[in-house]
Amino acid sequence: MTNAPRRTSLYNWHTAKGGKMVEFAGYEMPVYYETGILAEHLHTRSAAGLFDVSHMGQIVLRGSEAVAALEKHVPSDVQNLKPGQMRYSTLLNEWGGVIDDLIIVRPDTGYDLWLIVNASRKEHDLGIIRGKLSSNLIELVNRDLIALQGPHAQDVIRALVDHDVMEKLGFMNAAWTKINGMPVLLMRSGYTGEDGFELSIEPHNTETLVKILMRDSDVKPIGLGARDTLRLEAGLCLYGHELNEKTTPVEAGLKWVVNKARLSEGEFAGAAVLESELLNLPERCRVGIMVDDKAPAREGTEIQNMKGEKVGEITSGGFSPTLQKPIAMGYVDKHLAVKGTRLLLIVRGKAIAAHIVPLPFVPHRYINKGKMK
Amino acid sequence: MKFSKDHEWVKLEGDVAVIGISHYAQGALGDIVFVELPVVGKILAQGKEAAVVESVKAASDVYAPISGEVIAVNEALSSDPALINSSPEDKGWFFKLKFSNKAQLDGLMDADAYKKHRGG
Repeated sequence: MTNAPRRTSLYNWHTAKGGKMVEFAGYEMPVYYETGILAEHLHTRSAAGLFDVSHMGQIVLRGSEAVAALEKHVPSDVQNLKPGQMRYSTLLNEWGGVIDDLIIVRPDTGYDLWLIVNASRKEHDLGIIRGKLSSNLIELVNRDLIALQGPHAQDVIRALVDHDVMEKLGFMNAAWTKINGMPVLLMRSGYTGEDGFELSIEPHNTETLVKILMRDSDVKPIGLGARDTLRLEAGLCLYGHELNEKTTPVEAGLKWVVNKARLSEGEFAGAAVLESELLNLPERCRVGIMVDDKAPAREGTEIQNMKGEKVGEITSGGFSPTLQKPIAMGYVDKHLAVKGTRLLLIVRGKAIAAHIVPLPFVPHRYINKGKMK
Repeated sequence: MKFSKDHEWVKLEGDVAVIGISHYAQGALGDIVFVELPVVGKILAQGKEAAVVESVKAASDVYAPISGEVIAVNEALSSDPALINSSPEDKGWFFKLKFSNKAQLDGLMDADAYKKHRGG
C-alpha cells in the first residue's frame, strides 16, 4: 500500500529553484538543487544554507500531565527545562530501544513544551506519548520548519530580529520573536555541526520568510543530499540508520541524554536496561570509521576484525566533501570500540582497510551563550 | 558515437572501442567521487557489470555495452573522478575494449535515437 507523497508549502519554490525532487519519509523533497550536493555541502560549511525541514513533526505538549506523559518515555529531565532551553533526547521503548530521537523545547515565553520529531515517526510518537490523555493536551501542529545553517547564519538572523533576542540566544536556546511581523519560534539549533537556526512558522508565512532569508546573497538552498553528508561529518545519528527500536542510546554513544537523577528513580521506559549498560558497557558501540582507501563504504557494509571475523556493520557511510575522503559510522563489538583500532570493510567482496576515529569527523562550531535568564 | 539503453557510450578507434557514460548519465548521478574500473585483460560480456561509479549519494553499476577484452583503463579517473562530470564523453572515458562481435554495435542507438530513449 502506497499513498501519494505529500508536499510541503515550499514545493513550488523548490522546483522553481531547480530542486531535484525525490520521495523521502512520505514527502516530495529536494535532494539537491542546480549546483549539486558537493557545492551545497561546502557552501553550508563556509556561508549559510537554507533547508526546508517542514516534513518533520512538531508536537505541542500543554500542561503538567502532558509533561509527565512524555517523561515516561524519555531519560531526560523535562520538568526542569528552563524557559528558553532545548534538549536533544530519545523516545524509548520498554527495552530501552529508540522509538525516535527528538528535540524537546521550552520556549522563553508561554507554558507549552514543543517537540521536534522525525517525519517518518511523527504519528507513531504522538500515539505513544499521548497514551490515554485527551488529544488537546498533546497535539501534532501544522507548522513548517526552516533551518538556516552555517557560519554566516547568525548575521542573516541578526539583521531580522530584535537585538535582545540574539544577545541571549546561544546554541540550544529558543525564543519567540517576529520577522516582518510574522510570529516565529526561533531555535538556535540544527543538525549540520555548524552554528545555525531552526525557525518554526505557520505554513501560510513560510514562502515569505524564505524569500526574506534568501535576500542575503550568502544564503543558498540546500537539499537532503547535503543535509545527510553534513550530519555524517558532524557524527550525528540518523533515525533508521544509527538508531532504531533495537538500539539503545547507550549503544549509540548518547549516554549524555540519560539524566542521572531520573535513572536512579527508574521512572521511564527501559531505565533498567540503560542502567545495566551504563555499568557494564553495552555489547556493541557506535564508532566513527575512517576508510583508508578511496572507495566509499555504504550502509550495510560488513565490518571485520583483522582476522576476517564479522564484528559489526556500517550504518551510514559516504564521501566527506570537507575531508575529501570516505567516512562512515557503524556499530562494532565493545572490545574493538577504541580509537585507532584497525578494521576491514567488505566492499563488493573486497576487504578494504579502515580504522576507528573519534567523532565528530569535522569539529562542531556551535556558539554557546550560557544559560538564558 | 553510439549509446546503450543503460546510458553508456561507445566510440570506435579502429578495432578498439572506447567506452564511457553519457552526459545525461553523469547529470543524473550528480557529483562523482569514486570509480572502480575493470582490470586490464578482463573479458567483459555485453550487458554485464563492467565498472562501478559512486556519486556522493550512491554507487551505480556501469555495464559493458558490447563484449570484449579490456585493453586499457582511464587511470586519470582514479585521482580525478570528477572528470566524468566535466568531460563525460571525452576525457572521462572509462575503458577500452578489443571487441569480439562487431554485430553488437548495430544494436546500439545513434545520438538521435538515444535522445528519444531518455525522453528528451
